[in-house]
Amino acid sequence: MIDLSLLPDGGMAWLEASGVGSHLVVSTRVRLARNLKQHRFATRNDAAEREAIYGEVDAAAAEAAGLRRAVRFRVDHLELADRRLLHERHLLSRELAAPEPEGRVRQGGGLLVQESASIMVNEEDHLRLQAIRSGFALEGAWKAVSTLDVELGQRLAFAFHPEFGYLTSCPTNVGTGLRASVLVHLPGLVLTKEINKILQALTQVGLTFRGLYGEGSEVVGNLFQLSNQTTLGKSEPELLDHLGKLVRLVIENEERARQLLLRDATSIIEDKVWRAYALLRYARTLSLDETMNLLSGVRLGVGLGLIPNVGMYALNKLLVFAQPAHLAATERRTLSDDETPVRRAAYVRQVLEDEVGRRGPSAGTPSA
Amino acid sequence: MMCKICGERESVINVTEIVDGEVRTGGLCAKCAAEKGIETGIGLAETPLGGFLAKLGEGVGPDAALAAALGLGCPQCGATLHDFREVGRVGCASCYLIFDAPLRELLRRLHGSTHHTGSRYADSSAAIQPSPPSSPSDGDLRDQLKRAIESEQFELAAELRDRIRRLAGDRE
Repeated sequence: MIDLSLLPDGGMAWLEASGVGSHLVVSTRVRLARNLKQHRFATRNDAAEREAIYGEVDAAAAEAAGLRRAVRFRVDHLELADRRLLHERHLLSRELAAPEPEGRVRQGGGLLVQESASIMVNEEDHLRLQAIRSGFALEGAWKAVSTLDVELGQRLAFAFHPEFGYLTSCPTNVGTGLRASVLVHLPGLVLTKEINKILQALTQVGLTFRGLYGEGSEVVGNLFQLSNQTTLGKSEPELLDHLGKLVRLVIENEERARQLLLRDATSIIEDKVWRAYALLRYARTLSLDETMNLLSGVRLGVGLGLIPNVGMYALNKLLVFAQPAHLAATERRTLSDDETPVRRAAYVRQVLEDEVGRRGPSAGTPSA
Repeated sequence: MMCKICGERESVINVTEIVDGEVRTGGLCAKCAAEKGIETGIGLAETPLGGFLAKLGEGVGPDAALAAALGLGCPQCGATLHDFREVGRVGCASCYLIFDAPLRELLRRLHGSTHHTGSRYADSSAAIQPSPPSSPSDGDLRDQLKRAIESEQFELAAELRDRIRRLAGDRE
């Protein structure tokens, strides 16, 4: 099994709940898609060409200050459990991680991680540069990824068209190659049934939404990834500014919905968040979906000040560590399908008990 | 409903804008929408990539026809327009030149624009390009185009492609 302690903060600084609006915004991610102009793109190249691409990126990274100390993984040399672990940490996409038992790993797939920035190699595009930050931090994430882009661009020949901009495997990424996404927790809008109206309005102004694991993933635990839909025709600062303005608008609406719920349905909301907390504190088996939904309830309770003694960091940590590969890694062994929900419930109980130990009991201090 | 800008023509598209943090909606006519750079064709939300791909190649553009005339798919990766329709992914950087017309149309529909206005990549190797001869024949130009594509000199290739088109236009 790989040693994730090699990664600075285990590649999870984005969990620290330190950023702006961290009770509503879990994290911010910015990625850039880049390709090397002399090589065929992913659907047309072969194993030898992907090896060459990995070699060129690796050599360029060794000279770039932002990547010189990067931890490097050859994804095609990793075991399934490790690939799942990196996928659950949002460092590898589903496509590159191939987390299914019979998933085929692409030869030449790589991952380089330095601090909050990382590069996937031989994903859908030759390079996917990404930076993840805690809370609402579009500017910080953009600066980190942009610095890498400039450094690598001086050493690698990127595919760039004078009119279309950066060329990508999928035409939906052409131009800037930039996809910025903000992971927001919107239970207030879901409970007040405003969410569909808001999401519909967002798609009309050039935004799209996805679940926790990006494209194709379902929304669980009321966590929505809001991101720019188009990548061509607007500059990077314009795209980021547009997304930022709309996310702020969504946050304002979420805050309003929460205050409305607290004012007009106080006992219902209190009951909901405390029930969620009680189940997580005492349940003996928990499925992942149930855990995500209960965590959403507790997160709402913490955000509203109803549950005073649970930290956002602990809740963020549970989002990652309650996942199957992380539970197996914690146990240092493979878990059967029957064991996983039991181990998950035990792990969640332990984290919440530790919170009580650190912060004092939550029970008995509700705002009665 | 009349256009909210000119008030003279019937609106053809509903637009939602964020101005000073407020959501404003209203209809625009085709002319005013075009001036604001808004596509009045099919809206983005109802146009998944698959829909475009199904239509691609129905009216094969001049570049794809040129590629076929040269006996090539794409000279760098061998991909044809049919391949692109099948997988929805472009084969390599040269494909964007070879299949210029259909991909340009696709980009316009997906993004509402074909003009990159973001950061520009400074590629030192692209700065040196041979200048084309003064009055070459169509065949010479096609040879040069093929070489330009093979050596990934996209700007030169685009210029050669336009000259071939102009020559063809002069003959007609």
